Amino acid sequence: MATLRFKDIGIRAMAACVPRQVVSNRDLGYLIPDDEIDFTIRNIGVEQRRIADPGCCASDLCFAAAQRLMQDNDIAPSSIDVLLFMSQTADYRIPATAPLLQHRLGLPTSTMAMDLSLGCSGWVYALSAAYAYAAQGLRVLLLDGETFSKIVNRFDKVDWPLYGDAGTATLVEAGPFGESLFMLHSDGSGRDAVIVSDGMRNPVTANSLAELKTANGDIHSGLEVYMDGMEVFNFAMKRVPKSIKDLAAEGGFTLDEVDHLVFHQANRFMTDFFVKKLKFPPERVPYCLDRYGNTSSASVPLTMVSELPSRLNDGARLVLSSFGAGLSWAAASIIMQRCSFSPVIEY
Amino acid sequence: MKSLDEFCQLVAEQFENTPSSSISPSTEFKKIDEYRSLVALSILAMIDEEFDVQLRSDDMRSASTVEDLYNKVKSYCE
Repeated sequence: MATLRFKDIGIRAMAACVPRQVVSNRDLGYLIPDDEIDFTIRNIGVEQRRIADPGCCASDLCFAAAQRLMQDNDIAPSSIDVLLFMSQTADYRIPATAPLLQHRLGLPTSTMAMDLSLGCSGWVYALSAAYAYAAQGLRVLLLDGETFSKIVNRFDKVDWPLYGDAGTATLVEAGPFGESLFMLHSDGSGRDAVIVSDGMRNPVTANSLAELKTANGDIHSGLEVYMDGMEVFNFAMKRVPKSIKDLAAEGGFTLDEVDHLVFHQANRFMTDFFVKKLKFPPERVPYCLDRYGNTSSASVPLTMVSELPSRLNDGARLVLSSFGAGLSWAAASIIMQRCSFSPVIEY
Repeated sequence: MKSLDEFCQLVAEQFENTPSSSISPSTEFKKIDEYRSLVALSILAMIDEEFDVQLRSDDMRSASTVEDLYNKVKSYCE
């Protein structure tokens, strides 16, 4: 069982960067009948999203966020021991993107740099890895970014209104942070629930570019995301509220003692349902989904950077909950102490 | 376990603009004008809340009438 406990490791600083280009879901008339647009926006909770230009990658957004974090907090590049890059939209198949970011950020060659790949649950997983390295006395820069706009078909009614692009940076190190707890889970029997099918198992050929129509009339190619929304909802409904209750039981705290519950910004309908099911006060569940959409694994840190600075007290307990492709889900309890948040910047 | 009529009422409540009187056990709920994937999610959520049953998307796909759906839920409850 992947239950990880840490003492006096925490988040020292965070930053986030989103593309400048705003895409409004009010302009989806070509995809959704006009009289359904309002209903869709209300239910998924996404009014607008940020979409990267063709030349802008997740790594560019993370680079800008990392630079801002280092400037705002006087972090010397030479002080970073570990660079982790979590993404499913890396620059290249080979090489990994983390070493390129190490070089670009001017970090020393003594820095270890490594890519991690996982779905929307990714950042909480990566944060547990960052904590584990930091527990060795290392200073860790965790970069998490996604540009799903590059792998979602614009004629896919399920996915296109949901996803936005973003990059984030999180500095993790030892300090007087108190205790934290991570509980991480996987179920690969749900492989097909969210999938970009063509790669190595199904080799990429010219046919991979052909646009296929699903039973619901949605369009995607073998190189683009397919999501079975109902299957994902079924999975999340079964696993997510329970994973949060289990975390509280394992951590010896009640949900009343949780200052903020930060969900992966999947869609509003889904997370509202979890909040109701957990009987958790909705005002303590921050959202940035309305403005940035579902930014996959970047959504938890983006929500923290955009929503928490004005309402976070020192010593606040956060519960983080993320879930997605794999299937994979994670819950964590962390204590925030004097975290320095840079404002969300644009690329 | 709730009766079929009660289940039918609960399904009807997931539709905003369709009068509940027009939904009966034999209604093919996916053919209701207002039915779309988000309504399907509401129905799944209702079934989770009321029956503590998590239906698979295949269960949803293979059910055509409200009664079919009720029978699926019932089979998980037994």
